[in-house]
Amino acid sequence: MAECGSKAGNRDGEQLALTCVDDFLNWGKENSLFYLLFATACCGIELMQTGGPRFDTDRLGMIPRPTPRQADLMILAGTITHKMASRAHLLWKQMAEPRWVVSMGSCANAGGPFSKYSYSVLNGMDKFLPVDVYIPGCPPRPEALIDGCMALRERVRRFRALGIRDRDPVVIASASPAPVCGDQGFKPQRPEGQG
Amino acid sequence: MSRQPLDAAQIHALVVERFPAVTLERSENAQPWLKAPADGFLDLARFLKDDPRLAYDSLMCLSGVDLATFNLPPAKPVPPPKPGAAPVPPKPAEPIKPVEPSLACVYLLHSLVHRHRLMVKVLVDRNAGVVPSVESVWGVAGYFEREIFDLLGVGFAGHHDLRRIMTPEDWTGHPLRKDYVYPTRYNGVELRRAGQRFEDGPYAGNAP
Repeated sequence: MAECGSKAGNRDGEQLALTCVDDFLNWGKENSLFYLLFATACCGIELMQTGGPRFDTDRLGMIPRPTPRQADLMILAGTITHKMASRAHLLWKQMAEPRWVVSMGSCANAGGPFSKYSYSVLNGMDKFLPVDVYIPGCPPRPEALIDGCMALRERVRRFRALGIRDRDPVVIASASPAPVCGDQGFKPQRPEGQG
Repeated sequence: MSRQPLDAAQIHALVVERFPAVTLERSENAQPWLKAPADGFLDLARFLKDDPRLAYDSLMCLSGVDLATFNLPPAKPVPPPKPGAAPVPPKPAEPIKPVEPSLACVYLLHSLVHRHRLMVKVLVDRNAGVVPSVESVWGVAGYFEREIFDLLGVGFAGHHDLRRIMTPEDWTGHPLRKDYVYPTRYNGVELRRAGQRFEDGPYAGNAP
């Protein structure tokens, strides 16, 4: 390590890896899916939980961004009304390409419990935005959201900068198992040797 | 100023000296309330706030009510459709017969000085009814009045910025009115209850 590049013209010890440009770029993109802080209803609570220390989207490189200009991913967390739809569309237009959309929960997918009898709720944000991943649930558990993010990473990996964008959406199976935390529920425990 | 809470009859006696049109109403399951006409309501609001014996310095809530009564036929059991028969379209509900005036603005007042409360109702005509804005008396009324204007279509004279607040700016109609007809489409999206009213929905026929 200390010798590497210490003398001019000495390239011994340096390592090379061969790949294609798309794979290299996608490797960076899928590990830095910054998502927009955008939550419109109770799914936002689960989104916060997923970003919290227990599920921790940061370990996937998913960091919340407060401005759409720095975000790659829009997670539609919650009910979208007709009035909010135009605002959400404006935020999406402000994001830089390539941009991704995850529809989280029944409301953003299809209007949810409001779809049939409400005058104000939009029946699915996919009428205005190209949704990449649908996550069912009301609201989905953090495990389901993580599952959706992994499916999105798979899609980002297949992205070709000069090719045709894959527009067929992915629908996550609704099996989001409850975490197994022992008989008495979740108990935070101290590490061994610290009392 | 010492604390001297008054009961409803005492409050009404104070008010009716200057505003003889105000009446005290009682019902079985609600607190007594004052019924006031829309004309000159701004003077009444100023009096309620500025009079030291009343001192209603806090507008806790201002809401709107549609008092139109449902005029639905009694619920009948629906026979199961015969196999192969064409589905029978549901009958349109009977039109609502509103009693005039059928809209109301309800003001809930609280005095931090005397710790007494008051409910004042102003009945408004359904077609182009206008109430004086009390924004100059209680500043918080501005947002409440915008909400009532948006959802029930009550006009407020003297409001500095009477725009829609809940629904989109180009929305038509006032959705909390009982005779509101659901729009057909908005922003190019078909709406599922196009042309229906609220009582054509899942609870049709079950209204008391």
